[in-house]
Amino acid sequence: MTSTKILIPLHENDVAPRFDLATEVLLVTGMGKTGAVDKRMVVLPRASADQLCHLAITEGVKTVICSGIEDDYYQYLIWKRIEVIDSVIGSSDTALKRFVEGTLKPGEIL
Amino acid sequence: MQWFRHQLNKGYMCYGLPMKKVSDHNANEHGKGFFRIVAGRSAAAAPYINNLFNNPINFFELLDEIAIGIAVLSMDRKIVHLNQTLKALAGFSQKEVFGVACAHVLRSDVCLQNCPVLSLNEQSGPKCIEGNLINMDRQLIPIRITSTPLKGIDGEMVGFMETIEDISLIRKLDETTRHAYKFDNIIGRSPEMEKIFQILPSLAQSDSSVLITGETGTGKDMVAETIHHSSNRAKGPFVKINCGALPETLLESELFGHRKGSFTGAIENKPGRFQQAHNGTLYLTEIGDLPISLQVKLLTFLDDKEIFPLGSVKGSIADVRIIAATHRNLEQRVNDNRFRKDLLFRLNVIRLHLPPLRDRQGDVQLLLDHFLNTLSTQLGKKKLSLSRKALKILFNYHYPGNVRELRNIVEYAVNICGERQIKPKHLPSYLLDAGQFDVAAIAQEPSSRFALKSEGTDVSVPKAQQNWPEIEKRMIMEALIKVSGRKNRAAAALGWGRSTLWRKMKKYGIN
Repeated sequence: MTSTKILIPLHENDVAPRFDLATEVLLVTGMGKTGAVDKRMVVLPRASADQLCHLAITEGVKTVICSGIEDDYYQYLIWKRIEVIDSVIGSSDTALKRFVEGTLKPGEIL
Repeated sequence: MQWFRHQLNKGYMCYGLPMKKVSDHNANEHGKGFFRIVAGRSAAAAPYINNLFNNPINFFELLDEIAIGIAVLSMDRKIVHLNQTLKALAGFSQKEVFGVACAHVLRSDVCLQNCPVLSLNEQSGPKCIEGNLINMDRQLIPIRITSTPLKGIDGEMVGFMETIEDISLIRKLDETTRHAYKFDNIIGRSPEMEKIFQILPSLAQSDSSVLITGETGTGKDMVAETIHHSSNRAKGPFVKINCGALPETLLESELFGHRKGSFTGAIENKPGRFQQAHNGTLYLTEIGDLPISLQVKLLTFLDDKEIFPLGSVKGSIADVRIIAATHRNLEQRVNDNRFRKDLLFRLNVIRLHLPPLRDRQGDVQLLLDHFLNTLSTQLGKKKLSLSRKALKILFNYHYPGNVRELRNIVEYAVNICGERQIKPKHLPSYLLDAGQFDVAAIAQEPSSRFALKSEGTDVSVPKAQQNWPEIEKRMIMEALIKVSGRKNRAAAALGWGRSTLWRKMKKYGIN
């Protein structure tokens, strides 16, 4: 797997049930076969889907792993050439691991 | 997700799933290789309801027949069962989400910001909250969640049940009706009512106390009910009590309840209206007539949200929203030491003043049409119309009893009228006496009840916040000034006979 940047909205240690209500975000950079090179937690001043989309674009995110996301934001991210793997239920670590393995699909319950 | 199953006795299945999976904040996490064992009935041996009919009923199949989404949750808020409606609404299947934390399945803002289940205990009644969810199709759906504890035969809590209603249709209807001069059952298109319609939705969403003031018949009760029905407490009870209708001792027992033996005749514990209104709204009408001693008790409740029934030393918490209403001037009653100032301040969080009908320009026509339609149908009459003369009389009447009086007038006319058109003779006689002046006046200027035209000059009366006698007195004075005190010319300008002018001058003490 080539180097990439992933954004996962968080609720405690899990993928946040709602993209628009997440106030914590995990930004993972430099995924390779050895795993994540850099993990960074970003705490947002308030929950906002617009702000999250803006963050994803400005940070150069290639993939967003999330759970519930409104279609408008999903389509916007796709339009901005960001891959969105949505409706993922489970811990962020497992989601990342499965993503590295290339087996993470939308709608997966981990 | 890999599930492990093992058949147990009596139709129970033993489910296992690897730990370190979907984590719940309350759950203990174990190391890799451990399994959590979840016991439940297999689909083939679903739980049954016995002793209701001759044959047991499958509980899950019963839930599937209900057209409202239902989730059965375990004590640690994990999905035990979803009925068909909820599966369709959320987009998940039962098999996928069994044992998954509820918040991850419903994906509702309510679960994440104000989980209703957290505040439930054995004594709790149902709790209702409005919010939204995002389903698997990425649609944001407005919902109403009602959570209730599930108790075993021994009274101990064993889990929770949540009903989830899709209220998107209601929201759409709300939006359309809002533009049709209507909010719930309140009708009006005057600027005064428009202002009220604009603030009512946000007011309903708040949980603050509301004080509704306004003259009798302006619709205070209706507004209180509308606030309740539009609020998150809509599924809870709306309990109304008239503070002026009961003697003081009885009112205390009615409001706060009593314990068995607290006074002669108290043969059993009785819950008060506050307890009845738990998780709902308590509407205290005629709050201005509440005795001082009970004002103190109400004050205590507003501060602590705790009520003490008569004869009880133990208080109980009641989650109640207070809406109070009065036609009295509470500030004046505070000055007269008949109403506590601190209670006024606590009730006066949001004050809503309903305008009298005479200040609601254009609403008389709207209300006439509405009442004529509804009452004709209710009373089994053919569709009636109003003659021009009857309409003029109704337009020019000052309605001291406001909307209630207007409704009663229409009801009277619909009952009396045997023709297709309501004429002045079908209206109550007091209306014809009061309307003498106005009919003549408005014959010349139908657009305004407060303007007279005389010899090309306007004798206008400002539409101030005055009552009708004051306005009438002022009109007479102005007419007399215009014609230099000549009564016959003043009477002609006002559209009255000389005797009517004389009678009214005598009534108002004008020399």
